[in-house]
Amino acid sequence: MTASEVKLEINTGLARKILTGFIRSETTRAGFERAVVGLSGGVDSALACILAAEALGPQNVLAVRMPYATSAPDSFDHAGLIMQQTGVQAQTISVSAAVDTLLAEVPEQEQIRRGNVMARVRMIVLYDQSAEFGGLVIGTGNKTEILLGYTTQYGDAASAINPLGDLYKTQLRQLARAMGVPEVILAKASTADLWVGQTDEGELGFTYEEVDRLLYLLVDRRRSPEACVEAGFERRFVERVVELVRRNHFKRVMPPIAKLSNRTVGYDFLYLRDWGT
Amino acid sequence: MIAVALAQINTRLGDVQANLEKHLTGIESAHKAGASLVVFPELSLTGYQLQDLTPTVARKAVADDPIFKPLLDASRKLDILLGFVESDDRHRFFNSAAYLSQGEFVHVHRKVYLPTYGMFDEGRFFAWGDHIRAFDTRFGRFGTLICEDFWHASPPYLLWLDGADVLLFMSASPGRGLDSEATLESARWVENVNQAYASLFTAFVANVCRVGFEDGLGFWGGSTVFDPHGELVVRGPHHEESLTLAELDLEQLQRARARLPLLRDERTALVYRELSRILGTDQLGTRRDGE
Repeated sequence: MTASEVKLEINTGLARKILTGFIRSETTRAGFERAVVGLSGGVDSALACILAAEALGPQNVLAVRMPYATSAPDSFDHAGLIMQQTGVQAQTISVSAAVDTLLAEVPEQEQIRRGNVMARVRMIVLYDQSAEFGGLVIGTGNKTEILLGYTTQYGDAASAINPLGDLYKTQLRQLARAMGVPEVILAKASTADLWVGQTDEGELGFTYEEVDRLLYLLVDRRRSPEACVEAGFERRFVERVVELVRRNHFKRVMPPIAKLSNRTVGYDFLYLRDWGT
Repeated sequence: MIAVALAQINTRLGDVQANLEKHLTGIESAHKAGASLVVFPELSLTGYQLQDLTPTVARKAVADDPIFKPLLDASRKLDILLGFVESDDRHRFFNSAAYLSQGEFVHVHRKVYLPTYGMFDEGRFFAWGDHIRAFDTRFGRFGTLICEDFWHASPPYLLWLDGADVLLFMSASPGRGLDSEATLESARWVENVNQAYASLFTAFVANVCRVGFEDGLGFWGGSTVFDPHGELVVRGPHHEESLTLAELDLEQLQRARARLPLLRDERTALVYRELSRILGTDQLGTRRDGE
């Protein structure tokens, strides 16, 4: 299989059926009927919101917009489009004061640290709304960003359940289109919107189209990096992606616990979350 | 003619009592629908990814067991095949299937191939079964296998040679392989092998696969029956619980085998001779069960 032969088309009807079933099952078994989604104005959270609304009913979903002073106005408006379209319960909570108060304590922060603070303050808002609304926080992280580690640990990566984490970004866009995410959201460049002018592809240095095909070969098809170069991917690109995946693995696993006893959580105390349900 | 009900249910993980009640409801529905046999999926009394719950849900296949007693009573109305965690006298735990009829255990099969790779970890928690036997029922001679068992060609083959004309498979297979097709890749794989066995053995092949989720793993259902010509008789819905009825016309066996006498022509002595050569003394020591 060469780079250009990789096909990432998905049957969106089937994905929709499985993912709404997953949200319904894993929410109710955890003892909840409701969900909370942070809406950024981007395609991932738009899709998560639409899926949750379909799975649980729009009245059982709370969508939360959490703008910061420098957030793009478009982001706010596009999140509003999804709120209207789905008919979910809607809430807007600015994170500007909380973020600015924190940042004032430790001035002169580099952009990435400021971004992480914003992402983590949003997590605090979502989990607080989760307690208030009585709903589980639905994750919006896709397979591409999880593999590349292009997330803030305990920030946007935090959730109770994640319906989107096994869809590459390009697959997620197919499902988003099929489920009625407006074209204006689908067409714009993906961004974490943590600083002005930030875009995912600008920051990563490659397009989702390219990296998804490479990740598919490396991960799903278990091809070696060398075989990916032979398939037509640039060697430097392959090496960089392989290193990103490796280096960021810590974000994908629970923190290791130092084993002392005969039975330790994570090693030999093994139960699914769905234990007993 | 046998009316078989394929009960593709969801289960509660580790809650045997709740799963028992679901079985009794399913058995009653199957009876009302006119079925004379109802088949449940792999580990239907317990749920699939049991991990450290395995010892706590294990039971012996005995008539006075409080879970089996109501099931044996129900088997006076119609035959029942179900999945459970079996404990033997020495506390080894097996991924087992029990065939109940007329208030009795007719047969218990212990899964002989425990997948322990990728997302599967059965060999860590279960002991390996070491028998593959066909068994007589009031309808004819049957054989039963559990999921990974039928991914190896030898167990269905052995059942065929042991006289089974109806192969009853049960699965708890996590769905995977989303592409542009209307069904998951894993569903297509399983249908292909079921159809192949029906065609190659000119036998009935039924497979009941569970539905529902366990954490992130979703089970797709899509239970099927293939007839001795390799034709699809029924297919249950995908990703939904259902009780799917299938009529097995046993006279089809005669017609299929008149057309295609594969069983008659099977050269078992040749197989035996070549297997003896292939598995000669040098090879025996490397086999898992050391038989």
